[in-house]
Amino acid sequence: MSKKLRTRGHRVILNRSAGGDTGITIVLTLMGLFMFLPMYYVVIQSLKPLDELFMFPPRFYVISPTLENFSDLFTLMGDSWVPFSRYIFNTVFITICGTIGNLIFASMAAYSLAKLRFPGRNAIFQIIVLSLMFHSTVNQVTHFIILSAFGWIDTYLSIIVPSMATTIGLYLMKQFMETSVPDTVLESARLDGASEFRTFLIIAMPMVKPAWLTLMIECFKNLWNAGSSIYIHSEELKTFHYAINQIVSGGIARSGAGAAATVVMMSVPIIVFVLNQSQIIETMGSSGMKD
Amino acid sequence: MPKTKAETAVRAKGGEAQKAPRPVRREEMSKLRWTWEEMKRNKTAYFMLAPFFLLFIIFTVLPVFLSMILSLTDFNMLQMPHFLGLSNFKRLFLEDDIFILACQNTLIFASITGPVSYILSLLIAWFINELPPKIRAVVTLVFYAPSISGNVYLIWKTLFSSDSYGWANATLMELGVINQPILWFENADYVMPLCIVVALWTSLGTAFLSFIAGFQTISRDMYEAAAVDGIKNRWQELWYITLPTMRPQMMFGAVLAITNSFGFGAIVTALCGFPSVDYAAHTIMHHLDDYGGARYEIGYASSIAVVLFVIMLASNIIIKKALSKVGE
Repeated sequence: MSKKLRTRGHRVILNRSAGGDTGITIVLTLMGLFMFLPMYYVVIQSLKPLDELFMFPPRFYVISPTLENFSDLFTLMGDSWVPFSRYIFNTVFITICGTIGNLIFASMAAYSLAKLRFPGRNAIFQIIVLSLMFHSTVNQVTHFIILSAFGWIDTYLSIIVPSMATTIGLYLMKQFMETSVPDTVLESARLDGASEFRTFLIIAMPMVKPAWLTLMIECFKNLWNAGSSIYIHSEELKTFHYAINQIVSGGIARSGAGAAATVVMMSVPIIVFVLNQSQIIETMGSSGMKD
Repeated sequence: MPKTKAETAVRAKGGEAQKAPRPVRREEMSKLRWTWEEMKRNKTAYFMLAPFFLLFIIFTVLPVFLSMILSLTDFNMLQMPHFLGLSNFKRLFLEDDIFILACQNTLIFASITGPVSYILSLLIAWFINELPPKIRAVVTLVFYAPSISGNVYLIWKTLFSSDSYGWANATLMELGVINQPILWFENADYVMPLCIVVALWTSLGTAFLSFIAGFQTISRDMYEAAAVDGIKNRWQELWYITLPTMRPQMMFGAVLAITNSFGFGAIVTALCGFPSVDYAAHTIMHHLDDYGGARYEIGYASSIAVVLFVIMLASNIIIKKALSKVGE
């Protein structure tokens, strides 16, 4: 044993050189700035009055902050026949319906895959894992055919119903249930005469609260960020995301309003994440995939 | 046949942990019959699975098979499709120059964004792991926020706007590097690198969180034991202890990274318009959109989808093989 271990109290101090620590701090700071500055710039842009937006060179701070850009949002789209609030409503409506549907369907399926043993269980889970391996854009064209066969083109259903079968949430929920719901607890509920569905609802679900939050945020982030879908043509059914694209494409004069809309849009998922961060990380602890 | 008997015992045991009625013994009947009895015994399981699985079949599995079938036809939504054999694929690879360009772009795009975002997620999660919990929560948010904030990436269009109000042009003009503003997103030389940077900026998503969680689950005892056993620095510790323990998370992260690296089409369209200048950022996803969404050549579009599908699955399988060698 050539090396003498450094200790503090009775704990071993691990292999950490001061040089390494400094290097890592510098890299992390630079990367952090790269990630953070554009986000920060959106917020600054949204608070700038018009004359500051046209200032050369553009500044990373604001001299006389104003909320005009936010109030402009509602007048700006006033001349189009769909009021701005309608885009917000569409996004909120789609997000809520899709997320709740996904939560209900995926938790039931996750429970059944994680805790019940039935023929076909492994095969079904393998197919679901396989679906994580390709991006849904591949299916876009045939999706269109299937949706039009249902007569769902140009309705909310074309976005809401498919989103209820998003697999990532199911996958995370199933992995989490396997590790954190002990079989013995379920067994004693069954011995007490609870039906399988009741066991799921009363016993298992409250134990996996971090997983539902994670599933909800995964589904929420996809739906909230749903852009212009090729399945929707009517202006009054289009989403907030689409409206922002329209505003931003208006160029520099609109960039304040565009930034304000973006701030509104991004603050919601960020707040949801901040409130649930520790629970989400807890769920991710069991997200691993066996070879 | 000892093997089947052992198997039966295991199954019966697994079954007994479930509920009454008691599992049926495998020896008493044919395999088919046994399966049927087990299915009946577990009918609640199927009921609970059914709503999700039905939607999953309709909106994920069925479209894949439908693409495969339609790729062999000339379907256009209006007329009855004719069977064409493989001629759509012949046309793709031999006659469609833009498709070949799109393939190149997609491969460049995916082979940079996939690995880089994966390695960044892993390294940053590893760096973050050493921070005290409160700071860790804030830093996690800073890195994760761009991936959940919808089309916040449009800010890059402001930063790199084609007039002197954009930050990039203004800075370069201040420094005297350029006299004329550069048309960033209208210049074929800049489009691809810019899109890659923006894609990377939004790419620290679910996999990143999964890594952070993975690092937290490794107990300190393991590191202390490793230090006693002669691990000399943090990099050895990462390779010999941390990464092998993290392998399940790394698999999951890899799957997501690969999948996402093929899904950046929307960002490219939002930044560069469609089609991008000289098709400089035209990817297979855009080609698919073009033929499927705009020209309604569904048969041809389906063959594009099939090619993309095969590329994605193949890269997943190859990477999975490679990752099982980590730490060996």
